[in-house]
Amino acid sequence: MSKNVVKLMQGNEACVEGALAAGLQFYAGYPITPSTEIAEICSAKLPLVGGKFIQMEDEIAGMAAIIGASLAGLKSMTATSGPGFSLKQENIGYAAMAQIPCVVVDVMRAGPSTGLPTAPSQGDVMQAKWGTHGDHPTISLTPNSVREAYDLTIRAFNLSEKYRTPVFLLMDEIIGHLRERIEIPNPDEYEVFDRLKPTPNDKNYKAYAVKEGEIVPRMASFGEGFSYHVTGLVYDEYGFPKTDTDVAENLLNHLMSKIDNNVDDIITYEETQTDDAELLIIAYGGVARAASKAVKECREQGMKVGLFRPITLWPFPEKRVNKLTQKSKKVLVVEMNLGQYVIPVHRVKEPDSKVFQYGKVNGEPISPDEIIKKIKEAY
Amino acid sequence: MSLGSPIVKEYFRSDRLPHIWCPGCGHGVIMRGVVMAIDNLKLDKKKVCVVSGIGCSSRASGYMDFNTLHTTHGRALAFATGVKLANPELEVIVVTGDGDCTAIGGNHFIHAARRNIDITTIIFNNKIYGMTGGQYSPATPLHEVGTTAPYGTVDPDFDICKLAVGAGSSYVARSTAYHANQLIKYIQKGIENKGFSVIEAISGCPTYYGRKNKKGDAVDLMNYYKDNALDIKAAEKLPEDKKVGKFLTGEFHHEAKPEYVSEYMKIVEKVQKERSENE
Ligand SMILES: Cc1ncc(C[n+]2csc(CCOP(=O)(O)OP(=O)(O)O)c2C)c(N)n1
Ligand code: SF4
Ligand SMILES: [Mg+2]
Repeated sequence: MSKNVVKLMQGNEACVEGALAAGLQFYAGYPITPSTEIAEICSAKLPLVGGKFIQMEDEIAGMAAIIGASLAGLKSMTATSGPGFSLKQENIGYAAMAQIPCVVVDVMRAGPSTGLPTAPSQGDVMQAKWGTHGDHPTISLTPNSVREAYDLTIRAFNLSEKYRTPVFLLMDEIIGHLRERIEIPNPDEYEVFDRLKPTPNDKNYKAYAVKEGEIVPRMASFGEGFSYHVTGLVYDEYGFPKTDTDVAENLLNHLMSKIDNNVDDIITYEETQTDDAELLIIAYGGVARAASKAVKECREQGMKVGLFRPITLWPFPEKRVNKLTQKSKKVLVVEMNLGQYVIPVHRVKEPDSKVFQYGKVNGEPISPDEIIKKIKEAY
Repeated sequence: MSLGSPIVKEYFRSDRLPHIWCPGCGHGVIMRGVVMAIDNLKLDKKKVCVVSGIGCSSRASGYMDFNTLHTTHGRALAFATGVKLANPELEVIVVTGDGDCTAIGGNHFIHAARRNIDITTIIFNNKIYGMTGGQYSPATPLHEVGTTAPYGTVDPDFDICKLAVGAGSSYVARSTAYHANQLIKYIQKGIENKGFSVIEAISGCPTYYGRKNKKGDAVDLMNYYKDNALDIKAAEKLPEDKKVGKFLTGEFHHEAKPEYVSEYMKIVEKVQKERSENE
């Protein structure tokens, strides 16, 4: 096996490298700080590998174009930030409904509205979950390092291909612009999953029927000889609009259960000293770096503090959070917003445990010292 | 066009018919124009992709037996741009309404035209929002009424063809649901044109536009188009007073110019070649 290449890289750059490793062939988007480097690097790299880049007229169009490209058979991605993420929501719902694999990167900046364009935030956590209208499945991954931005982008593609749904990579500006040395994994060190396709000339192909033992319908690309219909209306197993209540119910059940039944495959997290923790910190993304330092220091001072870091933000790792809160009777959720991820924590916590939240939205990252102070208050 | 005709068998999803359109709606005639043009050109069905937005007109995609994509309101051209750039082999045709294309989708429309991307767009212009029940659109003539303009509109309507030319389309024509053969010819030429082609097809919505504006039923609307369509070439020779109350049809623009996807592919080839030479 060849030695790994080591490079100094920014989170946004690692995201593109990970995407290319996963087979990215199409990027469409609209520039916005702090995600712009992703577009810039894609515009330079994609043509080199025979892929395509297009700068669209707005974020709505960027989202639409990647759905179109995915239907034409290419692994597709767009990247944006707060205001652009808002604009994409309607078409994100379309991709969820029509089951079109694609990856949407949101490098979170302080909002609402134009907010603080260059400042970090984790204010889009709930928007990622509920941003588009109607019930829909959501998968969101969030990295805490440059290397993890690389790995999770690959994973985002794999999950989107496997479950035929849009997958979000929620980075905060801290990670997006962080420069770190990373070891680039060799191709034999990671898995790449490609969507399942119908066998050529399958006379019985129904575009939206799930085969026995499979999770999602097999996906033919436009132009491969299967003439089928794709719509955002409620549709039957051929993809045609239907208004029957049982068709609607079955479709919604399918959309939700393909994720709900596979949470163990989708959810990943990392734990530090949670075994005997009397106070559990929950932190993710860039904030988890500060939290991990705080935990170390508090341990040195003799406090039994542990860290739970969800890597998959959505679906919410509820089994694990419930379990951990049974042991530690106190939970401190630290996040760069005024109380978003704390909401599901509250919902699934052990009834006797107490939940605190520390949030900050002034554009300044949360420091380890601030977290230590909060730990001491809650402990 | 009966349900048993060879054209229907070949190009329509017969099991999805009859369609949702009202009796006398002009949209069916225009949809037929699209498949007749495809048939005349003997396009490979497997390589045809029809993309639409949302509206009565946009429901046409579901009835036609190609790769069909019924998207979100106004966004058909943005989806279509992704499809075309991802697979340039596909013949991408967009069917859209006056509201879908020039109101909510106006931005995508002018930018698709500016890029001169090889997509043929057929705008079913019934001068109203049909699907939502007759509100005025950017194509509703000034002072006419809709359910949201009960006293008449005060905002002037777009000349969609001028807009298309101004934004950079390389083929632009207008016809009507009455002039079915001319319409087929223009759609055919639009498909053959390597670039962004716009065919504005004046349609009739007797249910809302006709009724609201006291323009009569489906037959009256058809007669109106028959009597008032003025060919652009004929118009050149007519004195101004003879043009009052008429609207222009014909081919307004046809020009050969660089097409987006081909230009982009040149870049892809160039940088790949340079890279392999450097390695
Ligand atoms: C984002 C969004 N806004 C509004 C609507 C409601 N809507 C559906 S169709 C339509 C108008 C369609 O008009 P047009 O494109 O002219 O098509 P027609 O029905 O007249 O053929 C509107 C406003 C929608 N579906 N989505
Ligand atoms: S409402 Fe108007 S546009 Fe819609 S189907 Fe009826 S006649 Fe046609
Ligand atoms: Mg209309």
